[in-house]
Amino acid sequence: MTSDGTDRAPVRVFLVDDHALFRSGVRAELATAPDQVEVVGEAGSVGEAVAGIAHYEPQVVLLDVHMPDGGGAEVLRRVRGDHPDVVFLALSVSDAAEDVIAVIRGGARGYVTKTISGRELADAVCQVAAGDPVFSPRLAGFVLDAFSQGPNSAPIGDPELDLLTPRERDVLRLLARGYAYKEIASELFISVKTVETHVSSVLRKTQLSNRYELSRWATDRRLV
Amino acid sequence: MPFGHVVHGPNSAHGVRETGPKLYRRRGGRLVSGVCSGISDHLGVSVLSVRATFAVLAAFGGAGVFAYGLLWIFVPQSAGAEPPVTDRERQQGLGLIILGLGLAVAVGLLGILPGWLTGPLGVALVGAAVVWREADESQRRRWREGARSGMAGAVLGGGGGRAAMVRIISGAALVVIGAVVFLGGSATASDLQFAMLSTITALIGAAVLTVPWWMRLMRDLDVERAGRVRSQERAEIAAHLHDSVLQTLALIQKQADSEREVRRLARGQERELRTWLYGPDGYGRADGDRPAGPAQPGDAPPQTLSAQLTRACGEVEDAFAITVQQVVVGDCELDEPLTAALAAAREAVVNAAKHAGVGEVSVYAEVEPDRVSIFVRDRGAGFDPERVSDDRHGLADSIKGRMERNGGSVRIKTAPGSGTEVQMDMPRKTS
Repeated sequence: MTSDGTDRAPVRVFLVDDHALFRSGVRAELATAPDQVEVVGEAGSVGEAVAGIAHYEPQVVLLDVHMPDGGGAEVLRRVRGDHPDVVFLALSVSDAAEDVIAVIRGGARGYVTKTISGRELADAVCQVAAGDPVFSPRLAGFVLDAFSQGPNSAPIGDPELDLLTPRERDVLRLLARGYAYKEIASELFISVKTVETHVSSVLRKTQLSNRYELSRWATDRRLV
Repeated sequence: MPFGHVVHGPNSAHGVRETGPKLYRRRGGRLVSGVCSGISDHLGVSVLSVRATFAVLAAFGGAGVFAYGLLWIFVPQSAGAEPPVTDRERQQGLGLIILGLGLAVAVGLLGILPGWLTGPLGVALVGAAVVWREADESQRRRWREGARSGMAGAVLGGGGGRAAMVRIISGAALVVIGAVVFLGGSATASDLQFAMLSTITALIGAAVLTVPWWMRLMRDLDVERAGRVRSQERAEIAAHLHDSVLQTLALIQKQADSEREVRRLARGQERELRTWLYGPDGYGRADGDRPAGPAQPGDAPPQTLSAQLTRACGEVEDAFAITVQQVVVGDCELDEPLTAALAAAREAVVNAAKHAGVGEVSVYAEVEPDRVSIFVRDRGAGFDPERVSDDRHGLADSIKGRMERNGGSVRIKTAPGSGTEVQMDMPRKTS
């Protein structure tokens, strides 16, 4: 146990959510995995979050999408420049693709829903802390939707940058079907590392494609 | 946790959009009426250049002054507080005003207009300016006193007192004098023409004098209407929360011992609220997208694949107290084969809920141009397809049979201990 502890210290997590009740719930859930994660602080508003992140310098910030004064996207905008090493994981109850994709585009490394179990949340935190993106099936669905080249879809100008490769599409489809990375790897006969690489590049493309107004387009078509 | 979002979501992010114009005259930091500073705020250019532009435009037959006057009338004053004017800026601005007026007068003297017209017109304009200025003062006073609206307040100028009345009357007198002098100057007309001219002049004068009050009245009505819409929306949200969330919470309190029942209630409530907020016609949508108001629980859901799949999954969630995570990519109208595919998918979810022995089932549907695929997957017990006895009809009839009768196909991937995935493909009609 001690050798494990020196091997890998628990990931320092900062919670941002405007509901105190929810924050204490997440704290309690994460307390079931004390060797993996440690909650160092929490904030209930954009201003508190900016100050708190600067003070505690956590490794991972669990970020609510919906908050007064601009929400998660605003926190990202104000913190990212000064603290490039802090990793953000969106933790949202919102079903609206526009909200979620706005945060992803702001630089969040992943997205999970608030119904996630404590165990899975702790795993997701460790995963983003280690540099790998975390996609929930729903987010994979949003991204597939936004990039899908349906009959009504907007023309995309830069195919090299903005189209998903067939392989990335396959990975996303399996993610949307609820497969874990490990299961995707065995399904597609590739390594887990390759799956993570594909997901990373999808995330990068999502962040880069803002000039196509990804979320607006998805919303216009009511693809939520 | 979805409850909290009701409180701030619709009000802050998606509330009633301000319908007023984007251009506002400044309240603070203004020299005359805040038009120039307002324009510079709006366009993002320096105040000085805007003022200089107006001054130069004034040389062209007074176009700058005329434009300024129109903007003064038609652009509402902002409600915010801006930084005050510095002395240097004030001097610069006054210089520009004098320059502009000087240019206008100089060009006017050289210009085309005869003296009998310029004189009275000038007097009438100064009178009108005094009246409008007074109307503007009272508008400012109203901001100060809070939004005291209503007909009387608007007409009486918000209780300006005697000084205001004197100013208004003197302005009106100037307008009348200007009109009389103008008529006197063109006294060559006959009696009938004179009567007509004086009537028309009087009407124009009356219209000119009352323009500021009409404008204010209309603005007040707009403000009031926006406020009413906002409070109505708030009342509607409160009513909805009372109808659904509070009643469910009360039920949960009563049934706190039965974990299964609490779960069922909470899940059903979450889904309903989610649909109400984020669904196709929900509250969280942009205002333009929901002409008919938010969807009520009693409304018939739209006949699209995603809406109906959501409904079917919700029913199974409620009936079996499990979580069904569903993701739909794309959407389309339902036709007969797709309805069959939907029914088959529902059956597959029911099967998973009954036999897999797990709390969560994933449903993924993808609408492609030529076909619709639905995947239903669980991480539960799994089974050996070879050993399903012949008397079990769920899979054979409800899923396979339905799909195949409508031209679709079913693939099942399962093994004991490693979960089950049912893939249903239905080709789409190209018509």
